[in-house]
Amino acid sequence: MLQITGVSRRFGDVTALADVSLEIRQGEFFALLGPSGCGKTTLLRILAGFESPDAGTVTLDGADLLGQAAHRRPVNLMFQSYALFPHMTVAKNVAYGLEREKLPKAEIRDRVGEVLEKVGLSAMAGRRPQQLSGGQRQRVALARAIVKRPRLLLLDEPLSALDKKVRAEMQLELKRLQHEVGITFVVVTHDQEEAMSLADRIAVFNAGRVEQVDEPVALYERPRTPFTAGFVGASNLFAGRACSAGLAADGLGVLPGASDLPDGTPALLAVRPERLRLGVGPGGASGGGPGGAGALRGEVADVSFYGGVSHVSVVVPGRAEPVLVATQGATQVRAGTRVVLSWAPGDGVLVPQ
Amino acid sequence: MTRSTVSGATAAPRSRRSRAPGRLAFLGPGLAYLIVLLLVPLALLLSYTVFRRGRFGGVVYEVTGENFTRLLDPLYLGVIASSLKLATIATVIALLVGYPTAYLIAQLPRKWKTVALVAIVLPFWTNFLVRIYAWIVLLSGPGLVNSTLEGLGLGPFEFLYNQGTIVTGLVYSYLPLMVLPLYAAIERLDPQLREASANLGARPARTFVSVTLPLTLPGVVTGCLFVFVPSFGNFIIPELLGGGRSIMVGNLVRDQFLKARDWPFGSTLALALLAVLVVLLLLQAWSARRA
Amino acid sequence: MRRSRLLYVPFYATYLFLYAPIAVLVVMSFNSGDSPYSFEGLSLKWYGELAGNAGIRDGLVNTLVVAAGSTVLSTVLGTLLAVGLARHSRSKVLDAIGVLPAVLPDLVLAIGLLVFYASVKMTLGLHSVLLAHTVFGMAFVAAVVRTRLTHCDTSLEEASRDLGANAVTTFFRITLPQLAPGITAGALLAFTLSVDEFVIAFFTAAPTEPTLPIVIYSMVRFGVTPEINALATLLLAVSFTVVIVAQRMTRLTESLS
Ligand SMILES: Nc1ncnc2c1ncn2[C@@H]1O[C@H](COP(=O)(O)OP(=O)(O)O)[C@@H](O)[C@H]1O
Ligand SMILES: [Mg+2]
Repeated sequence: MLQITGVSRRFGDVTALADVSLEIRQGEFFALLGPSGCGKTTLLRILAGFESPDAGTVTLDGADLLGQAAHRRPVNLMFQSYALFPHMTVAKNVAYGLEREKLPKAEIRDRVGEVLEKVGLSAMAGRRPQQLSGGQRQRVALARAIVKRPRLLLLDEPLSALDKKVRAEMQLELKRLQHEVGITFVVVTHDQEEAMSLADRIAVFNAGRVEQVDEPVALYERPRTPFTAGFVGASNLFAGRACSAGLAADGLGVLPGASDLPDGTPALLAVRPERLRLGVGPGGASGGGPGGAGALRGEVADVSFYGGVSHVSVVVPGRAEPVLVATQGATQVRAGTRVVLSWAPGDGVLVPQ
Repeated sequence: MTRSTVSGATAAPRSRRSRAPGRLAFLGPGLAYLIVLLLVPLALLLSYTVFRRGRFGGVVYEVTGENFTRLLDPLYLGVIASSLKLATIATVIALLVGYPTAYLIAQLPRKWKTVALVAIVLPFWTNFLVRIYAWIVLLSGPGLVNSTLEGLGLGPFEFLYNQGTIVTGLVYSYLPLMVLPLYAAIERLDPQLREASANLGARPARTFVSVTLPLTLPGVVTGCLFVFVPSFGNFIIPELLGGGRSIMVGNLVRDQFLKARDWPFGSTLALALLAVLVVLLLLQAWSARRA
Repeated sequence: MRRSRLLYVPFYATYLFLYAPIAVLVVMSFNSGDSPYSFEGLSLKWYGELAGNAGIRDGLVNTLVVAAGSTVLSTVLGTLLAVGLARHSRSKVLDAIGVLPAVLPDLVLAIGLLVFYASVKMTLGLHSVLLAHTVFGMAFVAAVVRTRLTHCDTSLEEASRDLGANAVTTFFRITLPQLAPGITAGALLAFTLSVDEFVIAFFTAAPTEPTLPIVIYSMVRFGVTPEINALATLLLAVSFTVVIVAQRMTRLTESLS
């Protein structure tokens, strides 16, 4: 439905977008994920028509989008700062876009009422944006954008201004709304958990480039670049060279992993903290620990418990950073306990470097 | 109990004693000056409105209402009306020219913004009379505009000494006072609001009417007041560019004091002028509170 | 967003409108001919004439005397008033009196003072103009100093009082040094306004001692002479230099602070 091909944009010597190509499908909830400053907003502004690319094409349903003036595009943007009109009431803000379509007054009234109902703001219709909480403003901005029934809805970090609890509620609400209205959503975020929980597919951005486009689970379990492996989920990364059993890690010996890389390729091995098994090691036992070959030995440096999960950081000799382990429920290990870490070969993902 | 009462009793007078001389030392001289040289003169003007004129200026302390009945004479009402008209036209023109200028300055890159703003203010810091004189040189019979037109086989025209010249002079003199508050208001406006409007399907003209203009209205009102107030009470521009006839209230006031020597009526006219401005300011404050 | 080309028309027209008359004056000031309208050749003749014009020289001296005197008086009174209003009063009425001279139409203030001087039988002269200019000069100094005061840290003053200094000592040792840039700016403003002021001076000056704007006014009124072009060019040069230097200095202090 939306086809972005080879889009580039530079600001002076900053490259905001470098040869970005993406395809977004009808009815999809698509997330652009990346750290701050990687060009996500710039891409949305190009789609909305406030910025033009130096190179590349964008088509919507096969028709060129870039040649159209901003106010003619069937694309609505929910701004990061919401950009609600401060001199208009909530109802006027929401009606603004419909009035531009010259719809009959009665129809505008009905559709505004309907959408305010949907986002739970019927009682606030007469208020000004300044009289609303952050979460309410966010919902007005959303209502103002979806009431137009655009082909494509762009949301720029829609939830970043909200506190943690409201954010979780809003994520659910966004998902629900997307199901109900059936519009294609493109949401920008720098929060990988948010992208994971919302999106059908995610494009990971880094410094203006697309690193990987995949479904959340695939992205999480099969990162294809070191950046994705590091950015999506807190991974333990080991550097070394690919070998038949996995990775020959620098200074740590052979670590288990599933590899289809040629032997000797410089690579990273990514292991998710929750995939690691923690065994209280009987000091001297060498070789095959509880999990089989290639286990790591170390000493617990720190234990913290929250959200029903224990986070254990383990100092492993020969490695500068501690290895992170997440286990369900409370754990008996304490700082200073000597432990053995292991994992199934299928849980170690090799990423070429 | 006893001790705390004692210490409280000694502390209070000390602090009061140290504040009172402070207040007097700081506020005393300036306020005394303003009472003598501002409030007393204004009170004198006010009292003059009910007295009769002296034979050679000054005043005879005999209460009369004739100054007010004279104010209602169509001749004087006409002058007030024409001052209102000229000041309003000048204000509207300044707004029409000033708004696009301020709008474009606000869009310039930061470095050019400062240059463009300084260039707007610079003429304002040059002597007022000199700037008016420049227009006389430009527009007078043998002046530059006419000689240029003659070169094209047109004219000569009588540009000076009419209401159009007065308006030109007023706009020229006070345009910077229009541009600055407009610029401040436009600059404060979040550019994303305009983008949001376009995104919702509004054409540029609609965005201007529905978003930009309403949100910069305080700047528009301030700018209009800044131009209107000095224009309405002006007497130099109508005198130098308008040919010296009494066209605006300022000229009338001046003539009552320096030619006719009717100080009571001059005071009445001046206070009428002031009253019009005060009414305008109150209207503005009222509309600002409503918005 | 794309901007309409049409917007540039009033934009450039504004600058042309503001500068064309000034440019004409400057060019004509170097005219060798006697006509103020047609340019015949380059010369500094009118600057020479200007230097020999006693009326203008006396007017300039009078203006500088008035401006210097009223600046000193305005600065002292305005600074005290600003501190008094900001730190020792919460009265809205006093605040209003403090800004009144700055917003009152100059013509009203001028005739008010004329009437006042007449009723106390004061002879007019440079002193009467000086006193009159101080009325609005003080208001502008007070306004500038007050904005500076609101940016000042009151806890410093409170600390001084807490350590046993009285209000006057605190003012001289703590408040005044902090206010120095504001006071300087206010004084410069008062001086510039006084040098340029015409209406109030016109009503309160003695005919024998006119200030420079009054001299210019009578020259302009009684005909156009190229000497005014030369004078105007010099005044423009001075104003432009002052404004540009001030601009540079504020940017310098901004970048330092
Ligand atoms: N109008 C602009 N002028 C100059 N640089 C810009 C502009 N817009 C964005 N940039 C730069 O482009 C890069 C990408 O910005 P942006 O798209 O806003 O990132 P994100 O939304 O991912 O945080 C940043 O380095 C930013 O500074
Ligand atoms: Mg962004």
